[in-house]
Amino acid sequence: METVLTKYKHCDMVKVSGRVDSLTAPKLVEELNKITTSGHFKIVVDLSEIQFLSSAGLRILIATQKHCKRYNRGEVVLAAVPENILAVFELAGFTSIFKIFDNVISAVGAF
Amino acid sequence: MPTQTYPGRYESLEKIAIFVRHEAESIGLTHAEVFAVETAVNEAVSNIIEHAYQGEGKGDITCTCITDPESISIILEDFGHPFDPSLVPPPDLNAPLKSRKDHGLGIFMMQKWMDEVHFEFCKDCNRLVMVKRKEKKV
Repeated sequence: METVLTKYKHCDMVKVSGRVDSLTAPKLVEELNKITTSGHFKIVVDLSEIQFLSSAGLRILIATQKHCKRYNRGEVVLAAVPENILAVFELAGFTSIFKIFDNVISAVGAF
Repeated sequence: MPTQTYPGRYESLEKIAIFVRHEAESIGLTHAEVFAVETAVNEAVSNIIEHAYQGEGKGDITCTCITDPESISIILEDFGHPFDPSLVPPPDLNAPLKSRKDHGLGIFMMQKWMDEVHFEFCKDCNRLVMVKRKEKKV
């Protein structure tokens, strides 16, 4: 798994590529924590190049969403979700707790 | 009936995925069905390492794939503590974010996306058998 962080005026974006599973999940936690500990809570997660996402990744997204939405200070939104990963989100009931955008431009523009 | 043995470490997840994916593709499962199988196996192996072995590097995991033209059966065996995931309560997928629990999703995905999930606790090993048949809507 690789992550690339891009800082925008109104939000931060993390592009996640490759596999997110129990092996790589700690690295994703670290990357997201870097953003929130710097006081930024509006986050776009670009999933256009993700290949696999296990429940370990789902747990990270839930925990980060809870953290970011506290005090209404921000939120995590998801962008460019591949079809098979979208099926994971739908099965896990994520569509009611995350906004999902077709592409990163509309996701960044939402903040 | 190919069988592979892997160390019970998270580095094994991708190797097991490649093995199982190859077997699932060999009988012509759709892309979505192969992804469902890969997801279920990943969750099962992660549970074995986390719960049966209670950590990495405590023992091996064997993976056997049995295929026929209509289905694939995956048998995972470990030699750790008996762990029955069917006792884990299902997640409440309609709960609001603040009360959303973050555990139980992996087992839920295994049960939803595979046609059969059985656990057997033998004297010397724990055995998980999962079956995926062709053309089940996922």
